Amino acid sequence: MDLAVFLVQCLNALQYGLLLFLVASGLTLIFGILGVINLAHGSFYMIGAYLAYALAPWAAANVGGGFFTALAIGVVLSIAFGYALEWGFVSYLYQREHLQQVLMTYGLILVFEELRSILVGDDVHGVAPPAWLTGSVQLGDVMTYPVYRLFMSAVCVLVALALYAVIARTRIGMAIRAGASNREMVQSLGVDIRLLYRVVFAAGVALAVFAGMIAAPVSSVYPGMGNQVLIISFVVVVIGGIGSVRGALVASLLVGVVDTFGKVLIPQTAGILVYVLMAAILLWRPEGLFRTG
Amino acid sequence: MNKSALSHALPLAAAGALLVVFPFVGGKFYVDLMVTTMILGIFALSLELLVGLTGLVSFGHAAFFGIAAYATALLAPQAAAASIAWLLPAVLAITTLAAAAIGALSLRTRGIYFIMVTLAFAQMAYFVFHDMKFAGGSDGLYLNIKPVLALGSVTLLDLDRPLTFYYVTFGALVLVYGLLAAVRRARFGHALAGIKANEQRMRAAGFSTYPYKLAAFALAGGLAGVAGFLYAVKDGFVNPEILAWHQSGTVLLMLILGGIGTLRGAVIGAFLFVVLKELFQSEALFGSFARHWQLPLGLTIIGCVALMPNGITGLPSQLRSLRTPVPHAG
Amino acid sequence: MLDDQILLAASNLSRRFGGLTAVDRVSLALVRGEVHAIIGTNGAGKSTLVNVLAGELPPSSGRVHLQGRDVTRWPQPRRARGGIGRSYQRTTIFPRQTVFDNCRLTAQAHHQHPFDLFNAAARCAESTKLAHRAIEQAGLSGQANRIAGTLSHGQKRQLEIAMCLATAPQVLLLDEPLAGMGAEETERMLGLLAALKPGHAILLVEHDMDAVFRIADRITVMVNGTVIATGDPVDIRRNADVQTAYLGDIDVPGPATVPA
Repeated sequence: MDLAVFLVQCLNALQYGLLLFLVASGLTLIFGILGVINLAHGSFYMIGAYLAYALAPWAAANVGGGFFTALAIGVVLSIAFGYALEWGFVSYLYQREHLQQVLMTYGLILVFEELRSILVGDDVHGVAPPAWLTGSVQLGDVMTYPVYRLFMSAVCVLVALALYAVIARTRIGMAIRAGASNREMVQSLGVDIRLLYRVVFAAGVALAVFAGMIAAPVSSVYPGMGNQVLIISFVVVVIGGIGSVRGALVASLLVGVVDTFGKVLIPQTAGILVYVLMAAILLWRPEGLFRTG
Repeated sequence: MNKSALSHALPLAAAGALLVVFPFVGGKFYVDLMVTTMILGIFALSLELLVGLTGLVSFGHAAFFGIAAYATALLAPQAAAASIAWLLPAVLAITTLAAAAIGALSLRTRGIYFIMVTLAFAQMAYFVFHDMKFAGGSDGLYLNIKPVLALGSVTLLDLDRPLTFYYVTFGALVLVYGLLAAVRRARFGHALAGIKANEQRMRAAGFSTYPYKLAAFALAGGLAGVAGFLYAVKDGFVNPEILAWHQSGTVLLMLILGGIGTLRGAVIGAFLFVVLKELFQSEALFGSFARHWQLPLGLTIIGCVALMPNGITGLPSQLRSLRTPVPHAG
Repeated sequence: MLDDQILLAASNLSRRFGGLTAVDRVSLALVRGEVHAIIGTNGAGKSTLVNVLAGELPPSSGRVHLQGRDVTRWPQPRRARGGIGRSYQRTTIFPRQTVFDNCRLTAQAHHQHPFDLFNAAARCAESTKLAHRAIEQAGLSGQANRIAGTLSHGQKRQLEIAMCLATAPQVLLLDEPLAGMGAEETERMLGLLAALKPGHAILLVEHDMDAVFRIADRITVMVNGTVIATGDPVDIRRNADVQTAYLGDIDVPGPATVPA
C-alpha cells in the first residue's frame, strides 16, 4: 500500500468513524439515561437519508436554497418527531423488561420500514451534494480527496465538540454525566427528569437523522441502510461502554479504522472484522472500554 | 395421575393426535405449511429454554438455526443420499460447539449488553455465509439429495417422501418438547429458573452460575440446530437470509405471542405467527397492500407486547387479575 | 479460644473503589458458638466488608481464611459451598415459589446433579430433608406450603435466614436481619439467633443497638472503613472512642436500659 492510498484510507476511516459516532452517541445516551434499548434507532438514520432525498428538491423549489436548507428543516423535524415519539411511545417503555422494549422497538422498525415503502417506495436514490462541495481537493502533493467527505468529517467534529460543550458545561449535561442510576442527584441538580428524558431522546433522534442526511450523498439512499448502521452502532456501544459518549467516540474511530483497513487489506473477511474486534474486547473488558455508573 | 397433571396431558395429547391425523385431512399446501410450523415450533422451543427458563434474552438465535442448515447442505454429499445416522449428529455437534463458543463470549455480558452482543454475533455469522465463496454467497446452497436412514440395503426413512418427512418432523417436535419438559422438571431446570429469578441469590447459595448459563445457551443452540437441519432438508435450499436478524426477531415474537414461560406457549406462538403471516400476506384479504404485510405485523407486535405481554397462554390469568383486585402482601 | 474454633478469619482486609477506601485494614475472627456484631454509622463500610467476606467482591488487599484455608481467591459460589452462608439486607427470596421450594432450591446447591435429567428436582431426598430442617430451625414450620410473596415482612426475613440455613453453613453472615421489624418479630428473630449460636459462627451487621447488646458476644465498631474498637459488649459500652464516634448518633445503652 503506498502512501497516497494509506492516507486516503485514513481519511475514509476517520469519516466513517465520525459518522458512526453521531449515530452511536445518540444510542448510548438513550441507553444510559433512559435505560431504553431502542432497536429503531437505525430507522432514524434511514429516515434522515430519505429526508435528504425528498427535502432537497422541495426546499429548492419552495424555500430557496437546497441542501443546507433541507438539513436545517430535517433537524427541526427530527427534534419535533423525537419529542412526539418519546411522549407517545417511548415513555411507555421505561418500566418494562428489556425483552419487551426490544420487541416493541423491533415492531417499530417494521412499521417505519413499511411506511417508508408506502410513502416513498423501495427504490435506491442518489442525493447530490451542494455544487460547491463536489469534486476533489489536492492534499499536499500526495493525493486528492473528495471535498464532500472532508466536509462530512468537519461537520461531525463540530457536532462532537458541541456535544462535549453541552455535556461538560450545562446543567442538563451534568445530569447526563450523573447517569440514569442517579435520579436523586439529577433532581437535586434542579433538572426535571421527564424533561431530561424527552430532550435526550429527541437529541438522539436528531443526531441519527442528521447523520443520515449528511451521509446520503456518499452512501446513497436505500431501504436496508438503517439496519446495517444499527448493528454496527450496537457494536460501538458494546465496545465503548453503555452511557459513555467518550467511549462511543473512541469505539467509533476504532471500528472505522478496523472496518476501512480490513476491507482494503483482507477483502474476503470485510464484514466480519468488526465483530472479531468486538469479540476481542469482550474477552478483555466485558463492560466496554469506558463503562459508566 | 392426579387431576392437574391430567389437565395438562389431555390438551397435549389432543393436539398431538390432531397433528398425527392432519396429513390425511389437509390439502398438500396446508400439510406443507404445517411442517414449516412444526419446524418453527422446534426453533421457538429451543429459544424458550434460553429466554423463558433461564431469562437470557438472545437476539441472535437465528445464527444456530442457520449454521445447522448450512452445515447440513455443506456436509451432505452431492451425488448420493447421506445417512441421517451420521449427518444429524454431525450437524448438531457443529451447531452446539458454535453455540458454546459464542455463548462463552456473550455470557461475559449481561442485560442490554447481552442482547446487543448476541445480535452482533448472529450478524457476524450472517456475513460469514453471505460473503464467503464456500457457502455459495448470497445465492445460497442447494441440498441435492435428501438424507435417508438405512439399515443395510433397507431404507427405513426416506426424507424425500413428504409423508415420511412430516412424521419425522412431528417426532422431532415431540422429542424436543419431551426433553425440555424433563429439563424443567430436573434439578438443572430448577437451577436455571433460580438464576432467572435472582442470580445473586443462587450464587450466594453456592451455584456457579456461569457454567449453568453456558450449558443452557449451548443446549438451546443445539436444539435450534434440529430445526435448522429439518429446514435445510425440507426445501433442499439454504440462503443467508435465514440468519438475518429479522429471523431472530421473529422467533422472539413467537414466544411473546404464545406466552413466555411455558413450552406449549412456544409451539402455540409458532403456530400463531404462521397464521398471522399468511393472513397479512393474503392478497385475497388485502389486495395489493399485502406486500406491505410487515406493517400490520409490526403493529401486532407492538399491540401484543403492550396489551398482552404474557401472550395467549397468559391471557386467562391476565383477564382474571383484571377482574379481581390482587391483594398485595407486605 | 481454641484456634480450630475460628471458622472465618479476615486479616488486614481492604477494599478500595478508585480513590475511596471503603474498608481499611480490617481484621476479625468469627468463632463457633459466638455472635460477632459489626456496628457503625452509615457508610462505615459494614456492607462492603460483608460482601468481601462472602466473596461477592474481591479485596484490594488482605486475606480471608475459612477454617484455616486461604479462600481469598475463591469466588462466592465456591465459598458458599465451603460453608459460608449469607442473608441480605434487602430480601432476596423467590416470591412466586412456596416457602419449601425456596429452601429446597438453595439446599440443592449441595446436591446439584445437573446432568440428571431423569429425576424430578422435587423428589430429591437430600435437598428436601435439608429444606425441612431449615424451615423448622427458622421457625416457619407451619408455613412450608405458603407462597413466599404472601408472607408478612417478618416471616420473609425468617425465610431469608431459612434459605441461608438450607445450605447447612458453618458461618452465617447476616446483613441487617432485623431491618423493618416490629418488637414481636424482633424477639422471635433474636430467639432464632440464640438457638443457632451453638452450631455456627455468626456475623451480624445491625443498627438496632438494643438487639446487638443483647445477643452479641463480641462487637466490632467501624467508622469510615476502619475498626475503632473490638471487644465484648461491656468494654464497648465503656469505650471512650466509641462514645465519641457515636455522640448524638446512637444511644449506646447502659446496663439499666437493657431489657431483661
